[in-house]
Amino acid sequence: MNGKTDYILEVENVTKTFPGVVALNDVTFRVKRGEVHGICGENGAGKSTLMKILSGVHPHGSYSGKVKYDGEEIEFKSEAIHQAIAKGIAIVYQELALVPFMTAGENIFLGREPKINGAINWNKLYSDAEKILKKYKLKISSIDKIVNLAVGKQQMVEIAKALSEDAKLLILDEPTSALTEKEVDQLMEILQILKTHGVTCIYISHKMDEFFRITDSLTVMRDGGVVETRPTKDYTNDIIVSQMVGREMKERFPQNTRKPKEVIFEIKNLNIAHPADADNVIISDVSFNIRSGEIFGMAGLMGAGRTELVTTIFGEYGIIKSGDIILNGKKLNIKSAKDAMLHGISLVPEDRKRQGLILAQSIKQNISLPNIDKFSSFMQINSHAEHAECVKYSTSLKVKAPSIYVKADSLSGGNQQKVVISKWLMSNPKVLILDDPTRGIDVGAKYEIYKLMNQLAEEGVAIIMISSELEEVLGMSDRVMVMHEGKCSGILDIKEATQEKIMKLATGLQVGV
Amino acid sequence: MSLNVKEISKKFNFDFKTYTMVFALIGIWIIFGIFTDGLFFSARNMSNLFRQMSIISFLACGMVLIIVANNIDLSVGSVVGLVSAVTAFLQAYTFPKILPGMFPDMDIVTIGIISTALTFTIGILVGLAVGVLQGSLIAYLKIPAFIVTLGGMMIFRGGVLGITQGKTIVPIEPSFVWIAQDYVPKTAGLILGLIVVAYIFFQSFRNRQKRKAYGFEMSGLYVDVIKAGFFSSIVMGYVLYMNTYRGIQNPVFLLAIVAVAVSYLANNTRFGRYTYAIGGNEEAAKLSGVDIKKNVFMGFVLMGVLCGVSGNILTGYVAAGTTGGGNMYELDTIAACIIGGTSFSGGVGTIFGAMVGSLVMASLLNGMSVMNVDIFWQYIIKGIVLILAVYVDVKYNTKKK
Repeated sequence: MNGKTDYILEVENVTKTFPGVVALNDVTFRVKRGEVHGICGENGAGKSTLMKILSGVHPHGSYSGKVKYDGEEIEFKSEAIHQAIAKGIAIVYQELALVPFMTAGENIFLGREPKINGAINWNKLYSDAEKILKKYKLKISSIDKIVNLAVGKQQMVEIAKALSEDAKLLILDEPTSALTEKEVDQLMEILQILKTHGVTCIYISHKMDEFFRITDSLTVMRDGGVVETRPTKDYTNDIIVSQMVGREMKERFPQNTRKPKEVIFEIKNLNIAHPADADNVIISDVSFNIRSGEIFGMAGLMGAGRTELVTTIFGEYGIIKSGDIILNGKKLNIKSAKDAMLHGISLVPEDRKRQGLILAQSIKQNISLPNIDKFSSFMQINSHAEHAECVKYSTSLKVKAPSIYVKADSLSGGNQQKVVISKWLMSNPKVLILDDPTRGIDVGAKYEIYKLMNQLAEEGVAIIMISSELEEVLGMSDRVMVMHEGKCSGILDIKEATQEKIMKLATGLQVGV
Repeated sequence: MSLNVKEISKKFNFDFKTYTMVFALIGIWIIFGIFTDGLFFSARNMSNLFRQMSIISFLACGMVLIIVANNIDLSVGSVVGLVSAVTAFLQAYTFPKILPGMFPDMDIVTIGIISTALTFTIGILVGLAVGVLQGSLIAYLKIPAFIVTLGGMMIFRGGVLGITQGKTIVPIEPSFVWIAQDYVPKTAGLILGLIVVAYIFFQSFRNRQKRKAYGFEMSGLYVDVIKAGFFSSIVMGYVLYMNTYRGIQNPVFLLAIVAVAVSYLANNTRFGRYTYAIGGNEEAAKLSGVDIKKNVFMGFVLMGVLCGVSGNILTGYVAAGTTGGGNMYELDTIAACIIGGTSFSGGVGTIFGAMVGSLVMASLLNGMSVMNVDIFWQYIIKGIVLILAVYVDVKYNTKKK
């Protein structure tokens, strides 16, 4: 410490505008040396823009105000990511940027491999990588290939990569959005270890409980401005939420008057093999049924097979070895997504950017894609009818955009998700499968999606909801199925379900209820 | 009231990026016009220019959709060569032998026309067969398009050499030559032009009515009238100017029909929509119920048919079947698409753009020939223009971000 100041980072009156939008409006806050500082805000609150200024993506001069790091004003020139790293600022983005077919060690030193006589010094590379992994107690081997690691471990590699340059300030952008509870726990441990090494952390997230677990102080942002910074202990859930949304939000989950009726959808003794290997059974003997108007939660750790199960039911992933899929008493033979849709089954996929949207296309084109048959007669698409129908859905789901001709990649995460859901609602499904529908979206948009789910259930749709957040599973479902390593380890009625019970089933500590 | 460029372009739904290449084209034309003392703009030269562009343009219509779906077809040059060799062989050797025997009472002109009709059809069927074959290998057997069509490029070139036996095949029936070298009668051209203009206005008003019926926001009537008038005057201008020479060139007329038809396929049918969706995000398209295999297959079938059309025109144009027919056309075709704004990363590209790109390439060649530029320079300059066009595109896109 050079004793200049107690603060490692001081952001003073920073304003950043894009054509037509003020992304940051007079933002001021300070981060103390050695603390874990949470930043919380809805999507579009300005968190990402702020991070881009700190990392040098938005260079000095493109914004007004001052950013001081270690007491000195930073003046990153354009494309200055290397300058930021050299100063000891490292960022782990929400979307991991690792080369899948390289080892952890290679990824950690990618772009700055140690050299010997002009060639890469592999021994030094791996021994240095191991040193970093050991120092921060990351349980990965440097020779593991990224493709073979779970998302949580991949993230550890990202963190190791960020730390290998002796980072003093580590910025984590929504690090837990893809992690299971257990992986989140591990991350929390790692952050504690980093703290003992004097690394300051900025922790961006949506998830309240994480702030209380790990952060020392918390800055809430809204609409491009800072609402307040306080020590975390002075905050409560309700205060944060109301500051984030600028309105009182009494409940995270809307009231519901759902009354599930008769069973319409049944899965009986389903055994599924991996698409590339018919002998590798990944889902074994799963049975459940869903009633019309019911929300059926699916809980489990990452890798428990929930996504594989529903995607296969939808006709697009694994090989069904045996077992039946029954809708309204009729056995279905679903071979593709198209078949599933014809039977009235829709799937909102897990990863909206990779599986849900065509980012370069407009909202309209995205919404209508699975439903083009509706507007087509013989060969021709009736673009006027298509327009009208897409407007109807994007309005009723409150997609915030100037028009339906806006490209999907210019929308915020919550709005993108609404587009993906619109896409699948237009086909009037009887069974709607939502795979992690609120992943990475803000509290306000989440609430709207919950309300929509209730409304659909009340209209008689049977909903399967996969979720990685236990609170969400408990808050939204009528019954919860818990999966563990490709098997159903229990189905709980919501009245008897608790976080502890679900976790026990999910971790395989207990089987069968 | 002061209107700036932005407001006007918004009003007319006018995307400057789409038209960057149109402006570049006009620039190229003006430069050649100056360097050739106006010779470049003569009706005769323009007539040649558009005819020269047509053979590649048929291919570009199909290639756009192939590239949009994130594939590539390297075989088109060889397929065009194959179709050309087959059709020349039929015209020069096969039909003159068998047709007179089948129709002993018919005069030689009529037999020629029958030969031409049969040849043209078979030419297209050859293209179709190649498309079905390559499309199946790519879509259903999942062999990468680059490999299949690279193989196809060699295989079909081999076919060309086998059929021609290294010689030029002549003669070609006058009626077959007519398709590629002759002109639509001037009066007929004028009438066709007027029909198109009438259709443009009719469509534009029908569109307004439909928009009204669906309750959409309406732009002022004058906007639609100016738009329709603009396109009409391009069509009529072209017809009238060509009529000062010998009339609309037959292959250009055919190209206009094909380009409009493929454009329609691309924008208004499921096949087109799905193609763009596959190129934009294959995974999302698949989960949306798009039959990827079928769509990719159809794309190559369409490409094959267009190779058939193009090969026919080539035979008529050179009035022979040659060993080098269609050589390097795949590269000119791909270049035309790319110059016309088709993105190599898939999902983006228009037929209109590809036509402009094709015209840019043809203009460069034609202009330089008129100026007597050495052939080696022509290659070099074509290459530079291609790279430059992509650079402009890349630069524009990064700037936006």
